[in-house]
Amino acid sequence: MNIVVCVKQVPDTATERKLRSDDNTIDRSANGVINELCEYAVEDALKLKEAYGGEVTVLTMGPDQATDAIRKALAMGADKAVHLSDEALHGSDALSTSYALSQALKKIGFDVVILGSESTDARTGMLAAMLAERLGVPQLTLASKIEVAGSAISIHRQTDYGYDKVEATLPAVVSVVEKPDPFKPRYPSFKGIMAAKKKPIEKIGIADAEIDPAQIGLAAAWSVVADFTPAPPRGKGVVVNDEGDGGTKAAEFLVSKKFI
Amino acid sequence: MAEILVLVEQVDGEIKKVTLELLTLARSLGEPSAVWAGPGYTDVAKARLSEYGAEKIYVADSADIADHLVAPKAELLASLVGSRSPAAVLIASTTEGKEVAGRLAIKTDSGVITDAVGVAEGFVAEQPVFGGGVVVHSKVAKGTPIIALRPNSTQPVATAGAGTEEKVDVALSDAARGARVVERVKEKTSSRPELTEAAIVVSGGRGVGADFSIIEQLADSLGAAVGASRAVTDSGWYPHEFQVGQTGKTVAPQLYIAAGISGAIQHRAGMQTAKTIVVINKDGQAPIWEIADFGVVGDLHKVLPQLIDEITKRK
Ligand SMILES: Cc1cc2nc3c(=O)[nH]c(=O)nc-3n(C[C@H](O)[C@H](O)[C@H](O)COP(=O)(O)OP(=O)(O)OC[C@H]3O[C@@H](n4cnc5c(N)ncnc54)[C@H](O)[C@@H]3O)c2cc1C
Repeated sequence: MNIVVCVKQVPDTATERKLRSDDNTIDRSANGVINELCEYAVEDALKLKEAYGGEVTVLTMGPDQATDAIRKALAMGADKAVHLSDEALHGSDALSTSYALSQALKKIGFDVVILGSESTDARTGMLAAMLAERLGVPQLTLASKIEVAGSAISIHRQTDYGYDKVEATLPAVVSVVEKPDPFKPRYPSFKGIMAAKKKPIEKIGIADAEIDPAQIGLAAAWSVVADFTPAPPRGKGVVVNDEGDGGTKAAEFLVSKKFI
Repeated sequence: MAEILVLVEQVDGEIKKVTLELLTLARSLGEPSAVWAGPGYTDVAKARLSEYGAEKIYVADSADIADHLVAPKAELLASLVGSRSPAAVLIASTTEGKEVAGRLAIKTDSGVITDAVGVAEGFVAEQPVFGGGVVVHSKVAKGTPIIALRPNSTQPVATAGAGTEEKVDVALSDAARGARVVERVKEKTSSRPELTEAAIVVSGGRGVGADFSIIEQLADSLGAAVGASRAVTDSGWYPHEFQVGQTGKTVAPQLYIAAGISGAIQHRAGMQTAKTIVVINKDGQAPIWEIADFGVVGDLHKVLPQLIDEITKRK
């Protein structure tokens, strides 16, 4: 099975994240880390490979620093990587990004594409659905469980009430959600980290993937940020120590705010 | 006045509150038309949508729409965008709503904005980003503005609309039938409101321990939804779909009660736009206090039972 897993490098959420004042895009100069849900995508890709054979290719779009995310995925066990990197891609919105990635995916070829269900920076949660739309293949998103039998694939899609069982025929686009142990992403072993250094990372630009420059970057954006401001600070709250009446005090507060 | 399409969120024919919020907001921008996708449309649904201002109701109630994931709804909306040229499309910013919005944007070559909490004149949307730390105003630059709004962004206000029905037949493409929903497994046994929609959320963290019944009791006394930190879902004390935070759900309720939660930045990313935040934590230095409007420093196992008693007494 030809498995492609899309990973993204994002600003570390433990640091202060910023927008750039020159063009209102996300400041990516700060500490970058692999988006956490992408690690789940890599894990699920490796599990599929282990169960059904095949190869796992990492695909990432982003500036040169994004190689850190690629190395992590390779160290976990992915076989090779394609890094789509081009100045022209800077400032791409969800529509452009889905377009550029879909072009790269067409070039790479795939039976299944796996993504994290959302990134911690933009958090739109749309990319997998948009890729399915662009590629004209089934969308199997928010998966907490994936099963493949021949060319049939089925997932458990996480919902507010439990899950939906969804089936399709390969090729397909899958996005995955966070899961508890024992389904957490594996840690790269020392051997894995060493091996990753020798695994091929193919760098491609927009011409290689036949990406139309008019459809990408800040200039092509379908939506634009007009302005941004830090959220107003919350007012100082009232804190009481429990001296046996903490619950009563809390109830009084809720009454004063008309919640009771 | 310009027509605004509002995609109705419903489960088994029951309209979700966020739809009424979207209709309320749409009235301030133009003339709302509700779009019903999937089976379950009834006179009760019609009455409810009209009550909140739907001038038109497009009804596409074939089973096909619900039996396939996301794509049919985007196709339905795209055909309406094509034939009616609305000024904008409003969708709930739920996981599924955002997916519909994304596919619709591609189909109609339009810009899309997710997680908006407000839309002003000229379809300028307000979005909290980076877990609520920054407020962004954005605008769609091409096509029909497609805006996904978070539940609880506005208070629904009833104002009667004509509610003129119009049947819509969509011939779904093969591509839209790619992912078949073969079973819906309802694990939720409680009658609690849904986490992302609830006006009040009571969340518990590691400080609660494995027995979550005290959190459930408080939630029930307030008619609230139950949430949890990742420490809790990781330990298997409560299912992952109740996790609030960066890799869980984003909630913006009127009231968020955080009990035994330290307030790590990844947790705050999912709840700090709540209107009022109440904290119960035995550590007066925990980071959660930075965003508390009110709080009790103490043992939640003592404070919460008393709080529940007081609430029950006052009802
Ligand atoms: C990439 C990434 C993504 C993450 N995503 C999420 C996410 O989506 N959601 C999330 O919640 N976390 C997330 N986390 C984890 C987050 O960093 C914290 O580890 C987690 O939120 C801690 O949960 P907690 O507050 O319940 O536990 P702790 O941090 O252990 O806090 C427990 C609190 O309970 C208090 N307490 C203990 N006993 C009592 C008592 N008897 N009475 C009153 N108070 C008591 C303690 O004082 C303490 O403040 C993420 C982390 C990473 C790295």
